[in-house]
Amino acid sequence: MMKGMTAEQKAEMARKFTEAIPHCKALGMVLEKLEDGEAIMSMPYDEKLIGDPRTGVIHGGAVSALLDTCCGSAVMSHPKAPAITATIDLRIDYMRSATPGQKITAKATCYHVTRSVAFVRAVALDEDEGRPVATATGAFTADGDPKRRSTEISNDITDDVSEGGAA
Amino acid sequence: MTPPPKHKRPEPVEVVKHRRDVALAGLVGGVPYVQFLGIQVERHGDELTAILPFDEKLIGNPMLPAIHGGVTAAFLETAAVIQLSWSTLWEDMESGALDPSTLGPEHMPYLPKTIDFSIDYLRSGLPRDAYARARVVRQGRRYASVHVEAWQDQRGKLYAQATGHFLMPSP
Repeated sequence: MMKGMTAEQKAEMARKFTEAIPHCKALGMVLEKLEDGEAIMSMPYDEKLIGDPRTGVIHGGAVSALLDTCCGSAVMSHPKAPAITATIDLRIDYMRSATPGQKITAKATCYHVTRSVAFVRAVALDEDEGRPVATATGAFTADGDPKRRSTEISNDITDDVSEGGAA
Repeated sequence: MTPPPKHKRPEPVEVVKHRRDVALAGLVGGVPYVQFLGIQVERHGDELTAILPFDEKLIGNPMLPAIHGGVTAAFLETAAVIQLSWSTLWEDMESGALDPSTLGPEHMPYLPKTIDFSIDYLRSGLPRDAYARARVVRQGRRYASVHVEAWQDQRGKLYAQATGHFLMPSP
């Protein structure tokens, strides 16, 4: 059923799904680009994200949340992956502290999809794009079996998208 | 003249508990992001359990609904950092070298930095409270390795686990 969708429909569906996530709204995440397994997502600096009150540096956990969401979106937008996914594992390497006051941007690439797993890598940057803040690598579910519950869920989203007139 | 007692009398339990609770409150309450997620920490002796009470804003999949994977990552990382800081300050706190009332937003001398964090998602996070306990597997002068386990309704059924490496603050 997912195979019947165009790339545009699928990207639109992934966008709607991402923007409906309460936690992403709470962190002010914005999906800036989404197509064919590539996602760019940003998160503005906010005092509630601070992890070290002395310096104002945001908590690693907030960066992880952005990277996880961005990786998941990249998977959902991949032409070969089903439109719904869950994280199997995610490893995050922190290169340096994000500069306080700056927006964080995550760029994720879903670079390989098998019948059951999608592989993703991502990088988190602040305004100094030459020096990454963090990188991530992850494996996500890519279960296209129509008997699975995840596909029932994606059917629900498909309905939403068609009602929204994305086609 | 009475000779000085051979053994120091143990401190009253209220004094000991108060000191530990104040130190822990300093570690947990001083971090805005920990407050934003609503994470609480319970203490039994030196054992800590981090609690993430369920809240609407933690949802990552509105259809299921399930806790956001990023929230789970943040929760586990927070539990690991708090446990590591707690283990580090324990001796100074117990010996009286550290005045716990000085811990707070302006003074957090024991915060380690995350080098890497690897999360294993075992089940989807249900719309329920989550709990986490971290264990400092190895702590050297410079680096530490911490393992965290998280569960929801049943202690034996983990919903996530993680291992992280941390850079210890320079003395």
